[in-house]
Amino acid sequence: MRRYLFNRLWQSLVTLVLATIVVFAGVRALPGDPALALAGEDRDPESLRAIRQQYGLDQSWLVQFWQFVSHAARGDLGQSIRTGAPVRSMIASALPVTIELSVLAIFIASLVGIGTGVLAAVRRGGPAEWAANGLALLGLSVPHFWLGLMAILYLSVALGLFPASGFVPFFSNPVDNLHHLILPALILGTGLAAVIMRQTRSSMLDALSADYIRTAEAKGLPPKAVVGKHALRNSLIVVVTIVGLQLGALISGAVVTERIFALPGFGKLTVDAVFQRDYPVIQAVVLVTATAYIVINLLVDLLYSVIDPRIRVRGEA
Amino acid sequence: MAVPETVSGAVPAGVPVRSNRRRVVRRILHNPLALTGLAVLTIAVILAVFANWLAPHDPTQTHLSNAFSPPGTAGYWLGTDDLGRDVLSRIMFGLRASLHVAVLAVAFSLVIGVPLGLIAGYFGPVDALISRFTDLVLAFPFLILAVGLAAIRGASLGNAAIAIGIAQIPGMIRIVRSETLRLKSLDFVAAAIVEGAGDAWVLARHILPNAGSVIIVQATVGIPAAILGEAVLSFLGLGIQPPAPSLGTMLSDAQQFASRAPWAAVMPGVAIMLLTLAFNIVGDSLRDALDPKASRR
Repeated sequence: MRRYLFNRLWQSLVTLVLATIVVFAGVRALPGDPALALAGEDRDPESLRAIRQQYGLDQSWLVQFWQFVSHAARGDLGQSIRTGAPVRSMIASALPVTIELSVLAIFIASLVGIGTGVLAAVRRGGPAEWAANGLALLGLSVPHFWLGLMAILYLSVALGLFPASGFVPFFSNPVDNLHHLILPALILGTGLAAVIMRQTRSSMLDALSADYIRTAEAKGLPPKAVVGKHALRNSLIVVVTIVGLQLGALISGAVVTERIFALPGFGKLTVDAVFQRDYPVIQAVVLVTATAYIVINLLVDLLYSVIDPRIRVRGEA
Repeated sequence: MAVPETVSGAVPAGVPVRSNRRRVVRRILHNPLALTGLAVLTIAVILAVFANWLAPHDPTQTHLSNAFSPPGTAGYWLGTDDLGRDVLSRIMFGLRASLHVAVLAVAFSLVIGVPLGLIAGYFGPVDALISRFTDLVLAFPFLILAVGLAAIRGASLGNAAIAIGIAQIPGMIRIVRSETLRLKSLDFVAAAIVEGAGDAWVLARHILPNAGSVIIVQATVGIPAAILGEAVLSFLGLGIQPPAPSLGTMLSDAQQFASRAPWAAVMPGVAIMLLTLAFNIVGDSLRDALDPKASRR
């Protein structure tokens, strides 16, 4: 176990360092002189030189990279070119929105996905399986930003069931907060629910035909207990795995969902930064996302090896 | 990550292609759902390829006097948008753009992913290197990657295709790699090596042809994902640039006047959904048809 842990940590660290290099190099590959962008209207050579010195742009790339890394490690992500606000505080205010949205989406998707997946496996060949399979296929094929648009058009505007846009912080009004987030989370969770449903169904089918289930049935356990206690246990592994695999899709989905529902989250920050060519913000956003992705994937893998001992053993081999 | 190989095992362990081809075709022809999917795809491809001749109007031509015509208006079957542009014609050209980007993206992931997957699976020492590379690409979620690329190279159809293609490379590498690992351990490959065949020969003549079915399935799954990806990018303004019609930009335009002309928002979405649904159905059927376990299930 310790060796597996060490290997996994080491891999993540290497990936993180490489990702930092890519972000650093990527920002340097952006067209235009950052000093000019920072100077704005003021194109006087003297002030340009001052800016280069202030931001260390006159240093060698190696020195600049070290400064970038050491600043980032201390949580200093620079300042927005547009507003002058520290990037760290911009991210700190946007991130909770996205995290709440994603967690809610994962929760809804797990409920729907596991429920329909179990149903489809238990009621094999029946109309329930057909319906569940059809829904999953639809969930995978429908562009969810379009679904969001339709939901706003028909559920929010026409029927007035949900607010069409906006956000209320959880701690100022939890009920209102959920009321604003439930529809975006539902939309964001559609693809995830479809993937979870398919995996749950197939792992349930495998489990239901396994010997230990037949033993449980032979012992005379009622079907509900067999499904609930023995077969469903696998679902936890399925969800953990899929959340790990779909994390990238979830982050991408959150960007679009926030855009449609006008949520002041990480995604909106990202898209706005690109359109405003706010390079420090782009750099920070990409770095934070990559770091979060690597760390969460590491956690998922470790969690996975706790749930399923076989992974651990294979990792050691 | 230790997980994917076991989980994405949804793609079947490849079976020698040639011996199976007739069985696969028969299975698909006997599956009404797959045939429906194929029919929808055929129609979509014809509409897209021959859009120049089939579209009733110029997709970029504005007719302000006809703005907001509802579906069923004479000459405008699916209605018009805020500038009086024909929604049907724009969808046909949008389909073309979507398919164009999807094919480019998947081709890109094939050209880079297949050789890297073969090398990673066949030559042990570079495996770790290539695995780190896939981890690295995966660390940048697709949209973040596309955003970065758009910031560096500007937003365009080609850059959208590259971003989507890059995002699909890790999946392709992993699938080809695990298939190569599996095939390498089989007797016929061992026999070829014993007979003195070179590495390049073994890879090109024995492993690649037998990994073909797995690669085809992965590419088929990649196309609907790429279509959705292009729609998202164009919706955000990071893909195809207006006035060129794209299903994503149509949706993002229509968002502004959706309560006044809901059809302009509904129709492009339905078009994307039908297209990806058809690809997913065909992809699923193909996977089932190639899967030796499928007959049991």
